[in-house]
Amino acid sequence: MKELRLMKGNEALAEAAIRAGADAYFGYPITPQSEVIEYLMRENPVDRTGMQVLQAESEVAAINMVYGAAGCGKRAMTSSSSPGISLKMEGISYIAGAELPCLIVNVVRAGPGLGTIQPSQSDYFQAVKGGGHGDYKMIVLAPATVQESVDYVKLGFDLAFKYRNPVMILSDGIIGQMMEKVELFEQMPRTTEEPEWATVGKKPGRDSVIVTSLQLQSEEQEKVNLRLQAKYRVIEKNEVRYETYMCDDAEYLFVAFGSCARITRKAMELAREKGYKVGLVRPQTLYPFPEKVINEFGSRMKGILTVEMNAGQMVEDVRLAVNGQCPVKHFGRFGGMIPSPDEILNALEQKIIGG
Amino acid sequence: MTEEIIIAGFGGQGVLSMGQILCYSGVMQGQEVSWMPSYGPEMRGGTANCTAIISDKEISSPVLTQYDTAIVLNQPSMDKFEDAVKPGGLLIYEENGMTRKPKRTDINICSIAAYDESVRMNNTKVFNMIVIGGFLKVKPIIELENVIKGLQKVLPERYHHLIPLNEEAIHKGMDIIKKEHSLN
Repeated sequence: MKELRLMKGNEALAEAAIRAGADAYFGYPITPQSEVIEYLMRENPVDRTGMQVLQAESEVAAINMVYGAAGCGKRAMTSSSSPGISLKMEGISYIAGAELPCLIVNVVRAGPGLGTIQPSQSDYFQAVKGGGHGDYKMIVLAPATVQESVDYVKLGFDLAFKYRNPVMILSDGIIGQMMEKVELFEQMPRTTEEPEWATVGKKPGRDSVIVTSLQLQSEEQEKVNLRLQAKYRVIEKNEVRYETYMCDDAEYLFVAFGSCARITRKAMELAREKGYKVGLVRPQTLYPFPEKVINEFGSRMKGILTVEMNAGQMVEDVRLAVNGQCPVKHFGRFGGMIPSPDEILNALEQKIIGG
Repeated sequence: MTEEIIIAGFGGQGVLSMGQILCYSGVMQGQEVSWMPSYGPEMRGGTANCTAIISDKEISSPVLTQYDTAIVLNQPSMDKFEDAVKPGGLLIYEENGMTRKPKRTDINICSIAAYDESVRMNNTKVFNMIVIGGFLKVKPIIELENVIKGLQKVLPERYHHLIPLNEEAIHKGMDIIKKEHSLN
């Protein structure tokens, strides 16, 4: 039987972590994400599944605890908000370099610096283009509903282990704080298998395993890089996810992700009422980016408007995908301000239809 | 049916839980709901507000700038949200502590003396339930029995003995809400 609950995005995500059979959560509180660790502490999942929850002394410590647990083959995760995620970036680069699976949640707030605690999407570049040093990629999932916050925890762990790669859920202050109806999946068992790459001790009959991101020989490091790049090409081929709304007859197109896609959908409805044939593409994976479908739409649209709560980040990937086939413009509010559907409609009229 | 509601007042008046109760009641009635709080610096002692949306259809934007109904429980909230009511919409305000009446003439306006009533009931904690009662009298979008089911979900079990008191408060609110300005 379906279990329907009204839950906050952050709390639903925390419950999903327990149910996905996570072995460990390491975190440090920061608004607007603190409900994740608060919920886990209150729920005390060690009694339910044996899952360990620890408040680390800092974000840097938390991500390195994740690194250690992941190295032992465990399903480990952490969560934070923008300034805290910046602190974790060194560790994320190491985890990507060591090819370990883990789940990282960023409930984005506005920056730069300490910025404000209000919602934003200004960490798109950081999540999608690197953030930490070196040629690496994270799989980046962008939930637009509380339900997706739940579903992407399970999907995120699955993808992380499938590709031995860090996965980030790029949420924001709206998705984290809002309450919606949510259907929770059933409790999954924690796995007790030890993957062959896990550093769990050299037992008789088991090869020795070294987990490291260090290769002092350039020839060897290049092999690592080539292996990573080959993996990323597979991810790009297999893991693109997106939704389209009312695109069949569309002459104009919105592209928006996360909470902003929902506000944009309202703007699309308003635009349709005014007689404009507008559709919406909502990337659910920001890396790998749905460039093929956007390229195809680019060939038959009169113009594309990206709507983001930042000064124009995803718009660069949309432009690369469209490759000059039609005009691509950006509309954004930032600093914690949320665009209204009317503003978005106005931007469509000014920048695309009239432009 | 889609009802987009803003509820605003001082922190401690039960603003956020009012929105949650309405949303949970909507869930009990099989509707789509969304609840979005203000969580900024204003919630630390100043004004608090939340957006509650109850609809037959999937809800697109959880964040709005115009509302079908504004429930305002103090003067700063009235100042902020009176203009955000859609033409033909509804404004409900708590009489206590208001220094001016609303000015709009293109919306329906109701007042409710919920605080005074909660004092008469000898339990100021049911203040927000009185307001909910008033709202449901004017806009009966949710059946009372589903509100009670919603309360059972929102309240921890140790407080379930207080549900009859809350139900009484809802009925009081339905009795005492007053029409100040009617469009028809």
